[in-house]
Amino acid sequence: MIAGAPRLAAVGDEAAYKIHARLEGVTRVYPPRAGHAEVHALGPISFDLRAGEFFSVVGPSGCGKSTLLDVLAGLAVPSAGTVEFEGKPVHGEVPDGVGVVFQEDASFPWLTVEDNVAFGLRRAGVDAAESKRRVDFAVAFMGLRDFSRAYPSQLSGGMRQRVCIARTLVMQPRLILLDEPFGALDQQTRLLMGDELLRLWRETSATVLLITHALDEANLLSDRIGVMSARPGRFLDIVETGWPRDRDSRLAERADFGAVTSRLWSYLRGESLRALGQGTAAR
Amino acid sequence: MSKAGWIRTLLLVGAVGALELACRTGAIAPTMVTAPSKMVTTLIKTLQSDEIGMHLRHTLSAVAIAMSIAIVGGFVIGFVLNWVPFLRRAFSPFLAAYYAIPHFAFYPLLIVIFGLGPVPLIVLATLFAMVAMILATMAGLDRVPRVLLKTARIHRLSLIEEIWRVRLPAAAPHILSGLKLAVAYSFIGVIAGEFILSTSGIGHEIAFAYDNFDNPRMYALILFVLGIVTLFNMAVFAWERRMLRRRGA
Repeated sequence: MIAGAPRLAAVGDEAAYKIHARLEGVTRVYPPRAGHAEVHALGPISFDLRAGEFFSVVGPSGCGKSTLLDVLAGLAVPSAGTVEFEGKPVHGEVPDGVGVVFQEDASFPWLTVEDNVAFGLRRAGVDAAESKRRVDFAVAFMGLRDFSRAYPSQLSGGMRQRVCIARTLVMQPRLILLDEPFGALDQQTRLLMGDELLRLWRETSATVLLITHALDEANLLSDRIGVMSARPGRFLDIVETGWPRDRDSRLAERADFGAVTSRLWSYLRGESLRALGQGTAAR
Repeated sequence: MSKAGWIRTLLLVGAVGALELACRTGAIAPTMVTAPSKMVTTLIKTLQSDEIGMHLRHTLSAVAIAMSIAIVGGFVIGFVLNWVPFLRRAFSPFLAAYYAIPHFAFYPLLIVIFGLGPVPLIVLATLFAMVAMILATMAGLDRVPRVLLKTARIHRLSLIEEIWRVRLPAAAPHILSGLKLAVAYSFIGVIAGEFILSTSGIGHEIAFAYDNFDNPRMYALILFVLGIVTLFNMAVFAWERRMLRRRGA
């Protein structure tokens, strides 16, 4: 199996980077519940997230991608292993400097776009003037200026997702975790949102970890892509794309673009079939 | 006015006009129903008498007390039951079967316990109204999207902040519909209780007129109750709409 093969070259690489977050031997096992056997959802997984990189995680459905994100964000506690963010252990609490965007619409329907974006600033103790400056910037950055006083019900799904990204952005996170943020959007909107995400990543110099099931999207956006196996999810390989930092969706026109996607698929085809088999067996 | 508004108005005016016509031509005997115009004139005369103010005061104060206890108590109980799963599991069968009970059958018992006066009426109306508020509060809190609670955790909100800034606003539409039911049920509880047995109140006056074959006065008072309840409901609806309009609900 590929997962077992040690990647000696990686050890040398890592020394050249600052490590931003580290997972060591992380597993997550859901205890048995009425009518359900114990579920081994994740791991053991060990990997380092380099400071400032764009890292994507792809894998078959149900492989524990979201669990990985929850553990890294401190939203879930690992059953075994340790998680570190900026050298400090993460355990069941979201560390300062981590922002998360989910697939589901997480905008607050009772707040205007502006108030949604400003939501976390009061708790963080940011003063009014600075708060307004940051909100104005984030709203403009996400192209929501004309809608700053609108309510989420008046916006499209893509725009609501931008509100959630802007709400994360104002907190000036150093690590941004995205759990299939464009999963509910149509293909064109996805591509444009991907470009905006790249722009945001470049301009904030934050570290980004993106969970996605779209191989093209992972390829286009990432410096490195972690390919996960079927449940219990572990990394089969971590693929380095080598794309320039200054990139956008036109990258897909490059001749070598398809080769990376093909490589991801060659790993995942078998795993996806296995995951599908698990699904049918469970039913 | 909208098309639906026109149809609604036309229907109402037509129905009242038809009733007026049927009463005046004698198609409907005055011992059955009095003409709407007579209801209105009798009502005006009734409202000018001194004692009606006292009856109105008794009814409305009983409704106000029952409504307040039902709304505040129902909200608190609903919140606690939602928060403590084992309590909820213990009580949910009772709550589910609650509105199958004929509450008014217990009214005589309440009179035996509390004596004839406002207290048994308030207790009856509160019991009738509170469970609607409990159920609505629980339903609202159940339906708070998990992703919003996750968002609260990411912003590292304290428990109080999470409840105040996320849980309650997210549950507000359901809680508000429970509040509307509690208002309506309080009116029903008090007026129906007065109708069955009491010494004062609008319900009592209607029953008194009924027992004395005083049809014009009975219909005038029924019209009066309809008017009050409609006005009150319209006020609550307007308030609700103002709160919810911007949420696109």
